[in-house]
Amino acid sequence: MRGAAALILLALFVAVAAPSPPASAIGPGEALEDAKLEDRARVIGRQLRCLVCQNQSIDDSDAPLARDLRRLVRKRLTAGDDDRQVIAYIHARYGDFVLLRPPVDERTWLLWFGPALALLAALAFLFRRLRRPRTAVTAEALSPEEAARADVLLGDRGDEP
Amino acid sequence: MPSRRLLYLAPLAVFAVIAAAAAFYLQSGRDPRLLPSALIDKPAPAFSAPGLEYNGKTIRQGVESTSFKGRITILNFFASWCTPCLVEHPQITALSKTPSVALVGINYKDKPADAANWLARHGNPYARIGVDPAGEIAPEFGLYGVPETFLIDRVGRIRLKQVGPITAQVLKEKILPAIEALKK
Repeated sequence: MRGAAALILLALFVAVAAPSPPASAIGPGEALEDAKLEDRARVIGRQLRCLVCQNQSIDDSDAPLARDLRRLVRKRLTAGDDDRQVIAYIHARYGDFVLLRPPVDERTWLLWFGPALALLAALAFLFRRLRRPRTAVTAEALSPEEAARADVLLGDRGDEP
Repeated sequence: MPSRRLLYLAPLAVFAVIAAAAAFYLQSGRDPRLLPSALIDKPAPAFSAPGLEYNGKTIRQGVESTSFKGRITILNFFASWCTPCLVEHPQITALSKTPSVALVGINYKDKPADAANWLARHGNPYARIGVDPAGEIAPEFGLYGVPETFLIDRVGRIRLKQVGPITAQVLKEKILPAIEALKK
């Protein structure tokens, strides 16, 4: 029963998380004749940020700048650049910010690996906490003053059984 | 156990560090929308822009990136429809009078008639004006709006980029000192 529920949950999660093909802002006459090249241009366009919009790719932004960059991508592809070269061409001009997926280098390792490190640290802390044997509560002997006070409070009943 | 008590303060300490960092960046006056140019100290991209023509008259000759070699160049992207360009126009005009600096303009996504009228009304400080009606040269320079201004040294490398209008303060504190440094 629980297994089935988990399966349904998992299916739901996958359905929600799976990327549906995004709608594109490509206007009429923009797409390349060559369908293969156009497909590559679309894939590249989805990896480049439109710099004047908030977190839209140039593929799904209507901004004029996004259109210009889409055209530049297609121009480079037509000129024979491979996908990597096209992205490098635009990266060289617009900097890291144009990449929706930041590069992994010494300036961004904290960004990339920080969450995993924090999770590992938290897990390590948790495991150490769980594995530690519960400290038994040991009764300490009463000091003479405490014993005297206890006697007063309990009434002097002596020690007879 | 004092050490355990201190442990309870750890989240507060983490928060304090984050808050201090946030306060520092908020106070620093840094505008996160201004991106550092990826082209600083790189050669200016090669391009060739035809001159600004209107009514059968050439208002200015076009701009070739090869002309950047051998002198200090200010390359200014402007448009008649761009209000901040009007704000910086007095400073651009002042720059055109700076000795041994060539001021060239790229008229970005403009109609020749509009550009010609705008220049007639506000003055034309540019030695040369290339047109970029379709916004094809602009992405070569990593442009994402107008005005943007590039300072190019004698070997044709981009040394400084100003995004947004050159106010009197920007001119005095950023552009002119950079030009002086290049003259040495």
